[in-house]
Parts: sequence; C-alpha cells; structure tokens
Amino acid sequence: MIQKVYMYKRFERLWHWSQALLIFFLALTGFEVHGSYNIFGFENAVVFHMYTGFILIILIAFAIFWHFTTGEWRQYIPTTDKLRDQVRYYLVGIFKNEPHPHDKSIDVKLNPLQKISYLGFKILIIPVMVLTGLIYYYVAHGTLYLQSVKWIAIIHTFGAYLLLTFAVIHVYMTTTGHTITSHMKAMITGYDEIEVEEKK
Amino acid sequence: MGKNGLLFMIVSIATIMATMGIMAQTADHGNFRELQRSFDRPEEVTITCLGCHNLADDQIMKTSHWLWYRETDKLPGHKGEMMKVGKINIINNFCVAIRSNEPRCTSCHIGYGWKDEDFDFTDQTKIDCLVCHEQTGTYKKFPTGAGYPPDKRKFFKDGKKWFERPDYRKIAQSVGKPSRKNCGSCHFYGGGGNAVKHGALDKSLLNPEKTTDIHMGKDGGEMVCVDCHVAPKHDIKGQLYSVSVENRDRLHCTRCHTMKPHTQKLYVEEFETEQEMGYDLFKSKLHNRDNPEDTFIRRILDKHYDKISCQTCHINLYSTQYKTKTWWDWSKAGEKNEKGKPFVIKDEDGDNIYDSKKGEFKLGKNLEPEYRWFDGKVGHLLVGDKIDPDNTPIQINTIEGACGAPDSKIWPFKIMRGKQPYDPVNKTMIIPKLFGKKGSGAYWADWSWEKAADTGMKAAGLDYSGKYEWIETEMFWPLTHLIQPKENALKCDDCHSRNGRLEGLEACWIPGRDRSLLLDILGMLMLFGSIAGVIIHGFIRFSRSRKEEE
Repeated sequence: MIQKVYMYKRFERLWHWSQALLIFFLALTGFEVHGSYNIFGFENAVVFHMYTGFILIILIAFAIFWHFTTGEWRQYIPTTDKLRDQVRYYLVGIFKNEPHPHDKSIDVKLNPLQKISYLGFKILIIPVMVLTGLIYYYVAHGTLYLQSVKWIAIIHTFGAYLLLTFAVIHVYMTTTGHTITSHMKAMITGYDEIEVEEKK
Repeated sequence: MGKNGLLFMIVSIATIMATMGIMAQTADHGNFRELQRSFDRPEEVTITCLGCHNLADDQIMKTSHWLWYRETDKLPGHKGEMMKVGKINIINNFCVAIRSNEPRCTSCHIGYGWKDEDFDFTDQTKIDCLVCHEQTGTYKKFPTGAGYPPDKRKFFKDGKKWFERPDYRKIAQSVGKPSRKNCGSCHFYGGGGNAVKHGALDKSLLNPEKTTDIHMGKDGGEMVCVDCHVAPKHDIKGQLYSVSVENRDRLHCTRCHTMKPHTQKLYVEEFETEQEMGYDLFKSKLHNRDNPEDTFIRRILDKHYDKISCQTCHINLYSTQYKTKTWWDWSKAGEKNEKGKPFVIKDEDGDNIYDSKKGEFKLGKNLEPEYRWFDGKVGHLLVGDKIDPDNTPIQINTIEGACGAPDSKIWPFKIMRGKQPYDPVNKTMIIPKLFGKKGSGAYWADWSWEKAADTGMKAAGLDYSGKYEWIETEMFWPLTHLIQPKENALKCDDCHSRNGRLEGLEACWIPGRDRSLLLDILGMLMLFGSIAGVIIHGFIRFSRSRKEEE
C-alpha cells in the first residue's frame, strides 16, 4: 500500500535547497577563479565566491545544530547491511523492474548507499572544502602566512570536482523513485509516498 | 564674472602663489654681492659658489653623480671584492661604453672637462653647480663638449641646433632648488634623445597631464623630481638599476603610501618631524585625505605588496607619451647612399629607424612591460668581463630574485635588446670608439669597425684580437616612473588569467593562471564520466521500461 507521509521538514528542505544553490554558485564562481572561463570577471568572481562561501558556512552551522537537536544525525550512521543489494539494484535490478531493496520510512530515510555517500559528503568533502577555503581566504587576506597557496588551491579544486560529480549522480538518482519526479516532489513539498506493508 | 575678471583672478592667484614660493626660501641669490659680476669661464662660477657653500664640494665629490660609480662588495660574480661599479665601467646596448667616447658621453656629467681618462676627480673647480641649480632654462652644455657649455655660439651638426654661450651672471643669480627641467636636461634624454633609454622618463614630465603622471601632473600632485629624490648632503636618493648593484639608497612608494596603501592613508603625519626633507607639498595638498575604504578586495590588494611591486600594477603601459628604443642593431650600421654618404631613415612619426652611424632601431609606444622577480640586486657585465658567446642573448645586466626569495617582488621592466660587437677570440664585448675626429679611429668619422674596436679597446686597456662579430644582448630597465591614476592600473584579470601579463613567469602560484593539468584532466574525466554514466543508465532504464509496456 502506498502511503503519503511528511518526510522532509521545513528546515530540512530549506537547508537542502539553499545548500544546493550555494554550492552551484560556488562552483560557478570557483571555476572562474580557477581560470576555466570568464563570466563575472576575476575580481567579482573572487568577491562573490568569498561571500557565498561564508553564507554556506553559516548555513552549515545551522544544519549541524539541526541534525543534533533533532537526532537526524542518526540517519547517516553507515551500515553494510543490504549495501550489496542496493548496489546490485542500481546495476541490474533497476533494469528488470525489480522492487527497491530499501524500505524508505521517516526513521530510515536513506538507503545504505546514500548513508555512506552523504556521510562522506558531510564529514569529508564539506569540512575539507570549508577548511581549505578558509585557509585560502586568510592567506589572501594577509592574516595567515603561506609561501604559496598551490596545494590549498589544488585540494580545493579537487573537492570541487568531487562535489560536481556528486551533484550529477545525486540529481540523476532522484529519477529512480516510483515515478521520475516523485523524489523531487518530496524534497519540494516535504510529502513523500512510501510503500507500507499492509497490516493484517 | 566676465572673461577679464576670471583672467584677473587667475593672474592674482598665480602672483600670490609665486610670491609664496619665493617667501618659502630665505635667500635670493640675485641679490648676492658675490654674483654681481661677469664670469669668463664656468669654473669661476663654481669657485664663487664654493666660497659660501664650503661643504658642497666635499659632498658632491662623493656622489655617483660626480664619480659615475658606487663602491660595492656585492656585485654578483665578484662578491666580497670591493669594486667600483657604474657608468665608468659597465656596458650597455645603446652606445656601448664611455671609454674613448668621453667628450660626447660626459656632456651629461655634472662636471667640466672629462674628455679622457686623465680627468681630475679631485679638482672641485670642475664641479658644474649650474646644470642642476640654474633656473633660467638657458644654460646648456654642448653635446660634445665634455661637460662644458659652448664658449661661443656654436652649431651642433648632429642635432642641427645652435648652442649659445651662457650668460653666466644671469644664470648664477637664478640658482635654486633643482626643477624638473634641471634633472630632465640629462635624465629625460639618455641614450642621445628624448625617451630613448628609460621608457618611463621623458620630457613629458616637464609639464605632464594627471593622466600621464599622477604625482607630477599639473592637475595632480604637481610634485617635482626632488620631492621624492631627496638629497641629504647632495647625495640624491634613488638609483637606477641599469648602473646600480645593491639594494640600497632606494626610494619606495611606501615612504608615503604606507605598506598598506589600499586601506590606509598617506604617512604625512610623520613628515612633520623631518623638516629638512621638505615635504611641505604633502602637508598642504594631501594631509586631509580621507582614509580609503577597508574592504575585502582592498585588503587583498594590500597583501599583494608582499610579492608585487606597486609599479607592476600601477604602470599599465610604458612609453605612453613618446616612443622609446626597444631594439638597436649595430651590425646594420655603415650603409651609404648612392652618393657614398651616410643617411638616416625616419618612420612616419619622424623618429629614426635607421642611421648609418648607429644601425637599425625599433621603437615603441604604449608598450606592455615584461615582468621578472627582482630583489633589488643586479649583476653587471663590466668592461673586460668574459662572455659565453654560445649562451645568447648576452645578459648585460642580470636581475636577481625568485618567487619566495627574500625581498623578491614581481617588477615591470623595459628590456632593451640589440646586437653589438664582440671579440670572438678573447670572448669579450668590444668597447668601440664611436665619437671623434677623422683619423682618430672613431667609427662615426672613419667608418671602420676594426679601427673603432682597436682604438676603443686600447683606451679601455683591453686586448683586442683584431676580429669582431655581432652578438645579441639584453638589458633590464626596471620601470618606476610615469605612474598613472589608479583607474588606469592593471585589473585582476590582467594577471589572474591564462595567457595574461604574467604568462611564463615562474611564480609560486597565481590563481586563475596556474592549475594542475593532471587534476583538471582527472576532474573532467570524473565529471563527464559521471554525466555519461547517468545518461547511459537512464537510457537503458528507459528502453527497458518501454519494452515492458509493449
């Protein structure tokens, strides 16, 4: 039986979409600073990137607070249980119209593959990006001394490629719900349709 | 107010300002009894000056303006060895070297009569006080007179110009603080003509627009040379690196503009304790400047001062007013026209691009500087130094510095290039005798490089094998003058971009210019790999579901 539940709360959605927007804009300005193209001009790109970076840091601070006060952080505890099934599903099962191996619920929003990748996103990529970003900022600003920002820049750029790749796959994965747009709708409205075992 | 009213006001203001200028001084040389006389020879003027200014001769005779060298033990390649280095013994790629050509070159010496190596540098009567201090604008040394003005009305053939005998009485009474004209009489015309050598020092500075030079511009700072180039005890601060070695006696923009020029105002308060320096101008004109904004970008600009000289961004282009020489090929000299006479070819602006005496030139205006790391220390090829002819172009002076090295900053340069003669047997640069009478061996009279080299090398005390060949040379001229208004400074993108101004400069890391190619390839592979992956995945899903529907 398909049941409609309130899956994503208001802050969760706000956080998700503003984070998406900020990261997109950071990538746009960041790759201009990297020298990949010329849209805003180097000076503007630097200023926009800097402000956007600080806004994202503030947002992340709120998100961390939210995760701990609501206990939502537990959603990201990684598990190997059914991890293989999940991988097999995306590689094989999905083409055969097999049922999704993960039963989504308000308590377990994420499948095992999501748990691992989102946890990596939260505790690896984002901290490294924030840290290298801050070092870069304070070196440019003159507060911190470094002979060269070379390695800071390289690590930060590597993180940017990872984030973009994450975004591509993440967006594609939203199409793997009951319908192509159901996940997307859920993240916009908050209401998701989930499969519930009929109680006998 | 009518036209006349306005004119009257302008004249009154000008008169008041002029009066204030005179009042600022405590002496009017025009009234000195000692100067109410006629002078037969310029030396008599000097003796009269020294009669009162009785320390000036000792002061002057220690300076590089008099000696044309500085003592140093830090010349790269000769470290620890006390040496005299300067115009007397360096080589350039304009007219090559002074030795054997003295009477022509020393028309810009602050002395009288340095016509050969026997000039007495201890004779204080030979000091030329007037060239720096006279204010009539009529005192001119004769271009080939070894520093003397003409003793009678005389025609200068090369310049096609008459030179008058100076009216010493009037001139001596006019003396005062050196004006732009005094300094410029030599420094704007180095290399034989206006703007030839420096690329950022030319006669436009006599009365420039603000857009040409913000400091000296008539509607800008209205400063004169000696406002920055202060001269305690006649020892003028600032040095030119085409002839200097050490990181000393330099003038830094930070002297007024602070180390954080984009967020702080000028250091004017400090000048009040330094009355002898005479910074009245700053006090009156700039004292009340507002503090600049303190923004993120301005702080980043301040931070740039660690590694980038002010000039790098604030000299966008050089030779903005007059063309400067950028290439001088002596090997092309000596051609004659159908009448067997030397000739000159001019470009559309009337600048020489060929001269039988000198060879072929290239000139340029509004040129982009070339950029190098520079720590204030420069090595020089001295007269007699061995060269490696396989390693061309020969570096006439070598700029020291590297990214991360102490005191090193990125600097803008004019790099003068050319071809000049060398001795392939002894492996030394040739010091040719260029200037002289027919029969003296001078190239400009006898038209023989063998004779010119033989005479010049003998005068320089060097061996000459009798053979000469041509070799390419490079000489570095740091750019520091003709600072334009800040609106004309370089923008971030000029350097922070691929193929920008600093392309090819070995630098630690310039964001926007530098990247790890490996990372970009791997990153792009990952990104586009993922896009391709999801497209393929989606396509299979789509086609399978279609099948099932069927």
